[in-house]
Amino acid sequence: MTATVNGQAQRLDVPAHTTALDWLRGQGLTGAKEGCAEGECGACSVLVARPDPAGGTRWTAINACLVPAAALDGQEVLTSEGLGTPDAFHPVQYEMAVRGGSQCGYCTPGFVCSMAAEYYRPGRVTAADRAGGDAELGEDGELGEDGELGENGFDLHALSGNLCRCTGYRPIRDAAYALGLPEEGDDLARRRTEPAPAPVSTRYATETGSYARATSLREAIDLLAEHRDAVLVAGSTDWAVEVNLRGARPPFVVGIDRVPELRELRIDADHIELGAALSLSEIEEGLAGRVPLLDQLFPQFASRLIRNAATIGGNLGTGSPIGDTPPVLLALESGVVLASAQGDREVPLSEYFTGYRESVRRPDELIRAVRIPLPLSPVTAFHKIAKRRFDDISSVAVGFALRVEDGIVTTARIGLGGVAATPIRATRTEAALEGRPFSREQVRAAAEVMRSEGTPMDDHRASAAYRSAMLGTALLRLHAEHLNREGNPA
Amino acid sequence: MSHLSERPAAPVVGRTLPHESASLHVSGAALYTDDLVGRTAGVLHAHPVQSPHAHARVTGLRLDKALEVPGVVRVLTAADVPGVNDAGVRHDEPLFPTEVMFHGHAVCWVLAETLEAARLGAAAVEVDYEPLPSLVTVREAIEAESFQGAQPVMVRGDVAAGLDRATRVFSGEIEFPGQEHFYLETHASIAQLDENGQVFIQSSTQHPSETQEIVAHVLGVPSHAVTVQCLRMGGGFGGKEMQPHGFAAVAALGAALTGRPVRLRLNRTQDITMTGKRHGFHASWRVGFDDEGRLQALDATLTSDGGWSLDLSEPVLARALCHVDNAYWIPDICIHGRIAKTNKTSQTAFRGFGGPQGMLVIEDILGRCAPRLGIDPAELRRRNFYTEGQTTPYGQEVRHPERMELTWQAVLDQADLAARSAAIAEFNRTHDDVKRGLALTPVKFGISFNLTAFNQAGALVHVYKDGSVLINHGGTEMGQGLHTKMLQVAATTLGVSLDRIRLAPTRTDKVPNTSATAASSGADLNGGAIKNACEQITQRLAEVAAARLGVPAASIRFRDGMALSSDPQEGNHADPAEPHGISWEDLVVAAYFERVQLFAAGYYRTEGLHWDSTIFQGHPFKYFAYGAAAAEVEVDGYTGAYRTRRVDIVHDVGDSLSPLIDIGQIEGGFVQGAGWLTLEDLRWDESDGPTRGRLATQAASTYKLPSFSEMPADFRVSLLEHAHEEGVVYGSKAVGEPPLMLAFSVREALRQAAAAFGAPGTSVHLDSPATPEAVYWAIEQARAGGDTSVIEHAADHASRPAVPRDGHRVDGHGNGRDGASVDGTGAGHASATRAHAIPTDLERGAYPATPPAQVKR
Ligand SMILES: Cc1cc2nc3c(=O)[nH]c(=O)nc-3n(C[C@H](O)[C@H](O)[C@H](O)COP(=O)(O)OP(=O)(O)OC[C@H]3O[C@@H](n4cnc5c(N)ncnc54)[C@H](O)[C@@H]3O)c2cc1C
Ligand code: FES
Ligand code: FES
Repeated sequence: MTATVNGQAQRLDVPAHTTALDWLRGQGLTGAKEGCAEGECGACSVLVARPDPAGGTRWTAINACLVPAAALDGQEVLTSEGLGTPDAFHPVQYEMAVRGGSQCGYCTPGFVCSMAAEYYRPGRVTAADRAGGDAELGEDGELGEDGELGENGFDLHALSGNLCRCTGYRPIRDAAYALGLPEEGDDLARRRTEPAPAPVSTRYATETGSYARATSLREAIDLLAEHRDAVLVAGSTDWAVEVNLRGARPPFVVGIDRVPELRELRIDADHIELGAALSLSEIEEGLAGRVPLLDQLFPQFASRLIRNAATIGGNLGTGSPIGDTPPVLLALESGVVLASAQGDREVPLSEYFTGYRESVRRPDELIRAVRIPLPLSPVTAFHKIAKRRFDDISSVAVGFALRVEDGIVTTARIGLGGVAATPIRATRTEAALEGRPFSREQVRAAAEVMRSEGTPMDDHRASAAYRSAMLGTALLRLHAEHLNREGNPA
Repeated sequence: MSHLSERPAAPVVGRTLPHESASLHVSGAALYTDDLVGRTAGVLHAHPVQSPHAHARVTGLRLDKALEVPGVVRVLTAADVPGVNDAGVRHDEPLFPTEVMFHGHAVCWVLAETLEAARLGAAAVEVDYEPLPSLVTVREAIEAESFQGAQPVMVRGDVAAGLDRATRVFSGEIEFPGQEHFYLETHASIAQLDENGQVFIQSSTQHPSETQEIVAHVLGVPSHAVTVQCLRMGGGFGGKEMQPHGFAAVAALGAALTGRPVRLRLNRTQDITMTGKRHGFHASWRVGFDDEGRLQALDATLTSDGGWSLDLSEPVLARALCHVDNAYWIPDICIHGRIAKTNKTSQTAFRGFGGPQGMLVIEDILGRCAPRLGIDPAELRRRNFYTEGQTTPYGQEVRHPERMELTWQAVLDQADLAARSAAIAEFNRTHDDVKRGLALTPVKFGISFNLTAFNQAGALVHVYKDGSVLINHGGTEMGQGLHTKMLQVAATTLGVSLDRIRLAPTRTDKVPNTSATAASSGADLNGGAIKNACEQITQRLAEVAAARLGVPAASIRFRDGMALSSDPQEGNHADPAEPHGISWEDLVVAAYFERVQLFAAGYYRTEGLHWDSTIFQGHPFKYFAYGAAAAEVEVDGYTGAYRTRRVDIVHDVGDSLSPLIDIGQIEGGFVQGAGWLTLEDLRWDESDGPTRGRLATQAASTYKLPSFSEMPADFRVSLLEHAHEEGVVYGSKAVGEPPLMLAFSVREALRQAAAAFGAPGTSVHLDSPATPEAVYWAIEQARAGGDTSVIEHAADHASRPAVPRDGHRVDGHGNGRDGASVDGTGAGHASATRAHAIPTDLERGAYPATPPAQVKR
């Protein structure tokens, strides 16, 4: 196996389960650091050359601590060392250095990589070019939707997966907002116009574990059939935590993140199909606002670094009761398409989960896609309750999709996360709403029902009492926001 | 103006410069301890075997299976220790324990060829435990009367008389948790032996000298056989003041026994579960005001949660007591302090070092009492500021109290407070579901180590024949910009440009017997020492220059790479247009040939300090740092979620040595303080289940630090002007810790916003940390009429001891953190307890490597 790192081909010869981070550091590239080994701090952030929808390359920032080194076979990687040197700074490095963006400096190479990815994002448009774009505070000091968007089009959410314990972030924000656009003759900018490296059919076997990359659905299914103990890995954002923190050492890993059949995004007349191995970032870009409820979800889902790798199939594949897509996909009445040697079968998501981290998926099956039926219900909201505003795991997550006609709720679909062993539908609340006026009184009554949905627990994220309270207030908030939007003060 | 604080013309100090390592940071070239592993051949990796019990006796330890794991080289146990099996200065921290004292305590360490082999080896070690009863919460410890160390009392006046004099008397309680340092770089050490068997340790340590001492006593060798170097740290915040020693000692022991380099780096979970944190506290209090809201008396008992060993708990408690007053004059006061011994990690230094905890008590009291008194909280605070001539409860005169008033007024102006308060009132009147709050809080923070002896420092300055300069000092760089400031001090004193000077990494064989880089004192102390060393050299060079220029040596000034005569009239030259000076390079060469010493060891000690910890009186601080902050928040009534909309800060750093660095310290400290107060949530398993005592939030995924979304959307920081500090290096002031406490403004703003959901004048209790859930319950409390846990006492029997009950949970929706109530202290028992006796019969190895242990800082 080989990978191109900072423009140079390097042999990839590592023990099984080595992370890309450990491999890079072992190569002497110690710029990327380990701060957590679980995707939370971004100190390990590096750039990889990924295909973009136009056939070119997108410099994509990811957490090197979560990627198996073997998954880099045939790929191109850039680290902070490759962006520039103390004698020849990259613009991002320059701004960070002169504005006090580093104190202890441990987080800095990671910030630099995340920032560089946003610097090279093709869609980044400066305020001057943005219709009505205004990153300033509004009249009454209100931070508009653009509060986290710089004049230079820099989206601060690009840094939401990078933690800094020293600076308090203000100088880092200033550095990000001071960046211009890539200049003529910037090799990395030019690299974007050429295709990204194609996936390689990697087969890597060691005594302590093997890695195989599937490059077709057929191959993935066959590998799954051959190796009963195989673990499927897509973005590896969930799986790597098991490896790094809990010592999981599976004998056989199948990488499915580049399987073309799992990477299709189709909008048909009666449904949208999202390939299981599409990352959240790719779905966000591909749907381009087509599903407003998902647009509310994306910024709330982990960080940009994670969303660049995390797949929708993986989010369902974990079977976690606190995954964020299930409440939304339940509200959208989605189906899960499972593929095996026998072909496809579709299961409604509401019947997919059978218990704590259990599902109807057979060992020989994998998730091929998620289907969202059309048309969409118009009144939607995603409420995520967590300690931190961004990049935190939900204590409670609620997805709403309602249809209100002539003031009457005709359909109500509510998906809940964090209040039971699996994601669930709030069916009693749905019943309490449907067929009744969408009025303050009815909503209050339904909110009381919603408070008692599920079986919330006390844990370190939240108390059971708070979780229940949040179910009730979510509906009240949905209603208030609906009235506000209708121009009808609450 | 004193010689130390006087600035020459065109000084390099005071310039806005980036961090001296910034270009290495941004390009990934800066090296941290663990980055050296790949540059060291034949390294062994260490992995701990951690206890699954909060408290247990180790009754059996079998290593055979571990030694069979391929790659495992050795398992280190107590039997291997040639010196003293202890990692602390108080001799209460066995390095290899026979009784594990907290969940995660390391029993022994496995060394192997790879980290993976060491991990598997550790999993194969068989340990027999006999579980013992454990105390996990501070309340449990109080009930069991499980205390450790000194129980100081700080008294002034007659608190009973003060409470009698007061017309409004309240009592209440507060409990708040600690804080994980979460330096981005976890603990790391690499130890090697040289051909002589000397030990060389690279360690991420704030206190290389103490790391050296502990390693020496564990190995049973003298200190001169151990050298500790710290290149830089990826953050310290106090967490690397005491905690690195044991890890360095394990690595050193491994290297000594195997002859190979040993690397010990904790992964994040090990770091969080094994190393100490900020102390959580419990406090019960009784406070008296007069009708105008002037503080009359405060009677309180502060109990810190020390964890399993003393560590730095005594000096942390001392600083907490010394900061209960914050910026306020409290005529009659009696504060009891004690340290709970619990089965948790050994809590330790953390930016502010007890100061934040002491101040939180008084700020919480004022925040809760202001509505009850019917006085605007900001006005209540201001009314109680110290004025000229007043002293602190521990007997130190408050120097420059007018600066508190000045910073306060500056913040009022900068934040346009009056107009914004009115706008917020209007906003709150017109919004039912979302409310805003705007709060101001002050900081007065004492600078110096409480323990006088630590207030000394050394430096080494070399001038080479080519005129280049190498400096070395005893302080460590952890991101606070100390090295940048020290370069500026040297450049200013020598009058040369920064590019002539290089700073070498901190090493114990360069500058011995250093104090920890802590207590915000790094620049004051080491700056004094560097200036002293540079002046020894310039004095000698001045003689040489004077002789050449024909002027008195006293008239020579060093500036812009020249030695100049300050008085051009003097001297023997004919042409006044000729530059009356000699270049630095020429002068250095000349001095060399005249056999003038071109290097010097500098030394500094802070004058005028004294402290008697037995009676809790003295003059422990050189001066006070002042600051004020105004924070505005917006709170969502549905969820309790909030945002910090704007923060204004005016902070007193004296005449700044390095403004970009100082502003960075203020902003970073503020956000870290806000993290402690609002977000960071240490949750220990307090149940009786099998994982009792386990830290439930032991990873970055569960212990959440502020991220960019917690940064104030609008963040304005300014430095107090005309703030020259007499008697401190180039007129500057320390800045590392004080700004952390400016974050009380956020907590108080959240309290006010939550209260705005109730009727005007509602007082609310806010749990700490003020997570969205805690704020939500505070909102519910406000909607239900407000806080009932603060009890008002009839004025005539105000001083009678009463037991404040913990009844703040008005809705019954506890978060599980509020256990049984605990007795508060009554008034009147004011006899000072003697400080803990100093152990004299220390068990030692061959050489007594450390001085007698004593109360630190
Ligand atoms: C820092 C951090 C923050 C996070 N924040 C959030 C958050 O806010 N919200 C949230 O919901 N999640 C969050 N997660 C969890 C994780 O990112 C998501 O669950 C993600 O969607 C997983 O996708 P993946 O492709 O990385 O899955 P992987 O890690 O590759 O796989 C996860 C599991 O799913 C299985 N799997 C993957 N793909 C398939 C498939 N096509 N068919 C069948 N099984 C499959 C795998 O075998 C494995 O068991 C976070 C994780 C991290 C590290
Ligand atoms: S090391 Fe923290 S995100 Fe990778
Ligand atoms: S500069 Fe220290 S963590 Fe960011």
